[in-house]
Amino acid sequence: MIQLLPLFIAIPLGGAFIITLTSRKRKRLADVLGVCAMLPLPVMALLTVGKQGVYNMGSFLPPIGINLVLDGFSVLLLVIVNVIGFLAVLYSISYMEQYTAKYKYYALFLLMVGGMNGVVLTGDMFNLFVFLEVASIASYALVAFGCEQEELEASFKYLVLGSIGSTLILLGIALLYGLTGNLNMAAIAAVTANMDKTWLFSFASVLFLAGFGIKAALVPFHPWLPDAHPSAPAPISAMLSGVLIKALGIYAVTRVVFNVLGATPQFGMIVMIMGALSMTVGVFLAVGQWDFKRLLAYHSISQMGYVVLGIGLGMFIIATNGPLVVAGTALLGGIFHLANHAVFKSLLFLCSGSVEYETGTRQLKELGGLQEKMPLTRATCTIASLSIAGVPPFNGFWSKLIIVIATVQAAYLYPGILILTAVTILVSFVTLVSFLKVLRYVFLGDLPAVLKSIKESPAFMGISLVALSVLCVCMGLLLIPGARSIFLDPAVDVLKQGLTYGKQILAGL
Amino acid sequence: MNGMSPIIQTVARFAKVFILLFGIYLTFTGHLSPGGGFAGGVVIACLYILLTLAYGKKSAFKYFPRKAASGLDSVGALIFLLVACLGLGFGGVFFANFLERNYPGASFSLLSAGTIPVNNIAICIKVASSLFLVFIIMAAARVIEKKDGTRDFKQDEEE
Amino acid sequence: MILPLCFALFVVGLYCVLTKRNVIKIVIGLTIMEYSVNLFLVLLGYKKQVIMSQVQAPIIEKITNLDDFFMKAVDPLPQALVLTSIVIGLGVTALAIAICIRLYQRYGTFDISEMRRLKG
Repeated sequence: MIQLLPLFIAIPLGGAFIITLTSRKRKRLADVLGVCAMLPLPVMALLTVGKQGVYNMGSFLPPIGINLVLDGFSVLLLVIVNVIGFLAVLYSISYMEQYTAKYKYYALFLLMVGGMNGVVLTGDMFNLFVFLEVASIASYALVAFGCEQEELEASFKYLVLGSIGSTLILLGIALLYGLTGNLNMAAIAAVTANMDKTWLFSFASVLFLAGFGIKAALVPFHPWLPDAHPSAPAPISAMLSGVLIKALGIYAVTRVVFNVLGATPQFGMIVMIMGALSMTVGVFLAVGQWDFKRLLAYHSISQMGYVVLGIGLGMFIIATNGPLVVAGTALLGGIFHLANHAVFKSLLFLCSGSVEYETGTRQLKELGGLQEKMPLTRATCTIASLSIAGVPPFNGFWSKLIIVIATVQAAYLYPGILILTAVTILVSFVTLVSFLKVLRYVFLGDLPAVLKSIKESPAFMGISLVALSVLCVCMGLLLIPGARSIFLDPAVDVLKQGLTYGKQILAGL
Repeated sequence: MNGMSPIIQTVARFAKVFILLFGIYLTFTGHLSPGGGFAGGVVIACLYILLTLAYGKKSAFKYFPRKAASGLDSVGALIFLLVACLGLGFGGVFFANFLERNYPGASFSLLSAGTIPVNNIAICIKVASSLFLVFIIMAAARVIEKKDGTRDFKQDEEE
Repeated sequence: MILPLCFALFVVGLYCVLTKRNVIKIVIGLTIMEYSVNLFLVLLGYKKQVIMSQVQAPIIEKITNLDDFFMKAVDPLPQALVLTSIVIGLGVTALAIAICIRLYQRYGTFDISEMRRLKG
């Protein structure tokens, strides 16, 4: 299985260029090639579960060569990226009929998925930057795909802010190279473990936090997200909000801080405060929105705050040498919420795309009473709304419960953390309020006269909606101890090992 | 765009062979001295931009049509990926330098270093056609004023 | 001394992005920022402990004394990184200018304070 690791990057890239070469005139060929290029990826990703290894490209050993590293955390992100990418491609066979130049869409989509797979798998810092840029540039072009006024304005804002973030990351990588002398993540970890940390090292850490924070849309860096995610076509909104801000933002900053730089208490405190701010700012700005997709985009900011709060709490407890059990619970809550959010947020964006495909509008005040015409969309949207609001037995409830338990356990050591518990529960209530508003305005009520002749969505869109809602219902079962040791515990163990993890990679795992 | 004065056209006609030769030289000796695929590709793209500016769009499209540029773009990337996958097939590892192991050349000669010159050529083709395509799409379009007062772009290469 | 000047150039580019109203000037500010980081990365390879007249480029011509060469030659790894980074910057600039052309077609102006349709 380790021999198949480079295929995760090679198959999407090859598919993208073959589509550009052959299917300019033939639209059905573009559809077939797009699905065929995405089909092996979730299958291979599910085959990597439970395995780990290192693959040296070109058979050059680290620290000279670039290597691909597969461990518990990478496996989880790989499964999420490829499964949701495949379902989004299935959805866009029907949805993208309203746009022209469908082959360009498939080529850019495959480039974005290839770039994200590269970010998740790589073990070298500059290679991380290159794949981050590949995925980001593809997403800037995809946000502007419709070429209307608002989409271009949103894409320009996203481009400027995203480029500033990438430049800050490159500056951090340059400083880290100047301080340590090599670029491989495991080699830098070996140097950082016994280095005395000057102010330049703290400056590089802050640059990384700012750069990856812009990519993940944490609160001081969030202004591009409420404009970019509604303006993109619906499957691209699902990919951006469900996968891209996690793979490029949260995964990258967690990997760099835990396994390369080493966690410090000040860092953990800053990350926790950013998480708490994201939660509250996101949800209070979301309640007052009247545009369906803009409301969902603000909720993305809020739920990312949950994930970052869990990871920051784990970072703080590991850095102050607290009990590892509490740190493990916090990290488990954060990472499980990352996986859950990917599933239910992409399901919500695909439902909103289905509503927009049939009715042509996104404004809540113009919709109403769609429950009799679109029963499948209503059922899946209700499942997703109950998941995000944290209602048992759907998957959102379990991960939010674990985060609350972790904050209460940490409050025995530092009583000030009880404020975070209260904030978490309050934000959960306000999320429930805003999604009840969405359900009432979109599906209940009276059907307006102009919408009398709409039908249910086409078959390909329905398959993706049903598959994601089945995942929503079943993912709570991942917490049973048998299933947990396959998916979630290896991810948490990788992060708990911190800087010593690098020695294992240099020895060949 | 229509082209420029006869002085520029004469100088461009003399210089175009040397510029093309210099671009190919930079690409082929990329593994021995500074240069490589990117620099060679940029020089060749600048050659075609010079011809477009000096002679006008239609003559430049006779040398390098738009469909050929778009096709060469993808072909360059696919050759690079093919060489990497052949490394997987022959050498056992992705991107392995299988030509260097089986047919090693003398040090510092032109045919040494295995698959690196092949990768350089593929990158040169891709960068040259990409940059030329970017220039021609952005610059070979005119703003025309329609009857209801709105402005629009018209790409008039078939004119 | 020259490395803090690269940070000054970065701040100049950031000032340009923040205060200019023309969309093309914002893109120019973005490229200034990227070039300053590239300059910083290239200058990291310089060997400061060698006398300035004896530092040479990392190209082997006549191999006389290999250890002496390795001590005096500039580090070639940042040069390879900067080559990749320049091409990435080229790609972002090309996409940004294409979006600016389309923005002019839709809004009729290059002024960014006129493009405020997405609010709230």
